[in-house]
Amino acid sequence: MNIDADLAQAFPDTPEHLAVLRERLAAAADSSGLLDVAYRTVDSPVGPLLLAATEQGLVRIAFAGEGHDAVLQALSDKISSRVLHAPARLDAAARELAEYFAGQRRGFDLPLDWRLAAGFRRTVLSHLPEIGYGHTASYAAVARLAGNPRAIRAAASACATNPLPVVVPCHRVVLSDGRIGNYRGGPEAKRTLLTLEEAA
Amino acid sequence: MTGKQPFEAIVAAHGGTVLRVCRAVLGPDADDAWSETFLSAMKAYPDLPADANVEAWLVTIAHRKAIDVTRAAARRAVPVADPPERVTEDETDGTGDIAEALAGLPTKQKLAVAYHYLAGLPYAEVAMILGGSTDAARRAAADGIASLRKNARQGTHQ
Repeated sequence: MNIDADLAQAFPDTPEHLAVLRERLAAAADSSGLLDVAYRTVDSPVGPLLLAATEQGLVRIAFAGEGHDAVLQALSDKISSRVLHAPARLDAAARELAEYFAGQRRGFDLPLDWRLAAGFRRTVLSHLPEIGYGHTASYAAVARLAGNPRAIRAAASACATNPLPVVVPCHRVVLSDGRIGNYRGGPEAKRTLLTLEEAA
Repeated sequence: MTGKQPFEAIVAAHGGTVLRVCRAVLGPDADDAWSETFLSAMKAYPDLPADANVEAWLVTIAHRKAIDVTRAAARRAVPVADPPERVTEDETDGTGDIAEALAGLPTKQKLAVAYHYLAGLPYAEVAMILGGSTDAARRAAADGIASLRKNARQGTHQ
């Protein structure tokens, strides 16, 4: 007889039970202050979104095209390797996003952790909510809002590297000739968001 | 620059093995040891050297947690009129003859079998966890396996 096989059989994999233990671990890590980065994914009209939050607030929203595994690795490198799938911390964000995508919410009321945007980029991003729901502004207008009218390219690069797309509405920034311009989630996603806001 | 993996990937890759080891060593008390192991590991993870053997590191932590759980259980082992319900009693996936036989082995043999055969650690790593030489770890595992074989033969003859 094969003792290895018998041992393996006596202690089988128990994926469902393990899932329960992992859920408990996430809760215990959170309450002991060890959960530096919590994440979950949500479905949306612009594809699955990865949501990540520190104890300070929402820190990253990522489109599928960015590669969710690569984004998690980057969060681990830049913030902390104490990263767990822990949906509870992102309940409010998931709810507000669902309301937004259903056309029932025009602004977000979530604590944000801005640590992935620094300097002028952060200044630019912090002014984006001033562009109202359903409106658009040019990159030049955004540079003006941020207090540096000549920094149009810098304003564009701030939008292109927005760590919190959708919630921080860089999709409302378009080219001055009316073309839609680039977007972290691809131009199609940008068009979807603008169409949604026009319709609601 | 790419540093170490997010901790979630560590739990995904090694959670099952650590649970098997906890069950082999502890039986129904395994869940608490598993949780304690990963909570401690998560705390220490940022300081773990990038080239460390993660599985051996986790089994080492689980080993210490199992000792804690065993000691705590021994302290609590006073007869009570109304023992608390154990939710996991019926689904001790580790039951069956071989699990029982393993539980009945001398501690060193049981641990050597669990860490080598269930966790897949080389004897050098097993020896680091148990103390003593690599040869002693190999002998303890071999003795344990011999007992399990004997037990299984007796079982089938009955």
